[in-house]
Amino acid sequence: MKIAIASGKGGTGKTTVATNLAKCLSETDNVVLADLDVEEPNSALFLKAELVKEEIKYKMIPHWNESKCESSGICQKVCNYNAIMLLGSQVLVFKELCHSCYACVELCPNNALVMKPERIGVLRYYHSEGLDFVEGRIDIGVEQTVPLIEKTKKFVDTHFKNTEIKLYDSPPGTSCPVIEATKDTDLVILVTEPTPFGLHDLTLSVETMRALGKRFCVVVNRWGLGNEDVLDYCKRENIEIIAKIDNNRRAAELYSKGDLLYDKLPDFKKEILNIKEYIFDRI
Amino acid sequence: MKEIVVISGKGGTGKTSLTASFAMLAQDDIIVADCDVDAADMHLLLKPDFAKTEDFYSGELAIIDQDECNSCNLCFEVCRFDAITVNGRQYSVDQVNCEGCAYCSRVCAVEAITMQPQIAGKVFTSSIKTGATMVHARLSIGAENSGKLVAKVKKEAKNLAKTQNKSFVLVDGSPGVGCPVVSSLSGADYVVFVTEPTVSGLHDLERVNDLVKRFKIKSGCIINKYDINEDVSKQIQIFLSKENITHIANLPYVENFTKAMTLGKTIIEYDKILSEILRNSWKNILKDCCE
Repeated sequence: MKIAIASGKGGTGKTTVATNLAKCLSETDNVVLADLDVEEPNSALFLKAELVKEEIKYKMIPHWNESKCESSGICQKVCNYNAIMLLGSQVLVFKELCHSCYACVELCPNNALVMKPERIGVLRYYHSEGLDFVEGRIDIGVEQTVPLIEKTKKFVDTHFKNTEIKLYDSPPGTSCPVIEATKDTDLVILVTEPTPFGLHDLTLSVETMRALGKRFCVVVNRWGLGNEDVLDYCKRENIEIIAKIDNNRRAAELYSKGDLLYDKLPDFKKEILNIKEYIFDRI
Repeated sequence: MKEIVVISGKGGTGKTSLTASFAMLAQDDIIVADCDVDAADMHLLLKPDFAKTEDFYSGELAIIDQDECNSCNLCFEVCRFDAITVNGRQYSVDQVNCEGCAYCSRVCAVEAITMQPQIAGKVFTSSIKTGATMVHARLSIGAENSGKLVAKVKKEAKNLAKTQNKSFVLVDGSPGVGCPVVSSLSGADYVVFVTEPTVSGLHDLERVNDLVKRFKIKSGCIINKYDINEDVSKQIQIFLSKENITHIANLPYVENFTKAMTLGKTIIEYDKILSEILRNSWKNILKDCCE
């Protein structure tokens, strides 16, 4: 079962839920956690696992072979992303705009373009007491994160084929990186907080998950803060709230140090067990 | 005219609440731009009137005309995004996977594939409760190109700042280090980092600072909830001085921060002590930015 932990708003507790849930599940079951928030991957800070393997990841980018080019301009014409420009007799490639569709390379009548790998980030594989953990980490300056998210998921699929529970710590927001992180999961857990910002961004996430046809449920974090509007919304929309985690300064302090919470805060552990139970009911 | 961008790396550090507060302090001498288009929240505090709405078109999706298609399979062969679904002799496009590259439409021998422009979002120009103008946006569900929508919002805001003769454009950026953040940084004069003293707050600040350094933009930092972990706060301050980032202020962890938001108010309208710190912060930002 593939389960994404996502949220519209950043900082609602996605990583807290993902790392504590992974660790708690790993006490009894086979679990792999993948940190797909490749722009700011934080799960590793809390898991303190041992690095087993690191791979550099690439995306394919066209390179120009001047000697073969006859300035047909076809590459520029077929690129729907304005990533290739013919300037006089020079071809310029803007790699941040390129989506690696291969049209320019394969439609060039003179074979003057060839795809070559371009580094976009690293993938790290860690292991700690029964828990496998994989992280994608985009290089600073690389703008498109979807290819690395895709490659991180692929690594999980090939190396952990038989692991029953796969957890994905997703990026925040509602646009392409979130779609990539959640599109082939069986369940999406949306983490929110009971504030106007939390609620507003939850409604955006709900719309996105509905458009994707995903099964989803909600975890309310920092319960006690803000107001009860998020409960009313979920009730109205028939969305199941599977856990309510109390707002607690102690939790914030433990988090700030990079500590996991479930083995230190019994109330918190109870909520994590609620999530676990919900997941097991669905396997 | 100077452009000030507020970012955080990590989400949920209080970036939007602080940006909205600065918008209150700047009164009428700014244009506000909400560039966190993925999860835009500033309108909940600044109460814009949505006076003007404009559709934002960006990107395309392929559509296969079933009557024209001769099932030659070429589209399936060239697509790198697994976006062509084959069901017997019927070919269709998976809208989630299609990245709009148009390769399939270019190779289709019977011209059965057309590219349809997508509405990627809406851009609003509003008057907010201070009387100032705010440009904000809403990304369509599942849309790509949030970076382009950010660029559009910023361009609109800058144009308005010129025509209305305002001194500042104040930009609320998005979390992370990817394309929307790069878009919000391009052309900026000053960056305000909002961070928190947690291991992830510092980690994410270091990454986003690496990005800002590439743009060679001057920056300052506010440490929110500094008293949650004074050790990490100190580590952050050491990092700031090493990186030549102005330490603008420390804000204590107080529930009024969230209470104000719950009432749809900025901190300036709700908490006197925090307001005083923020008034000084805003002064420091303007001074640092204009030096």
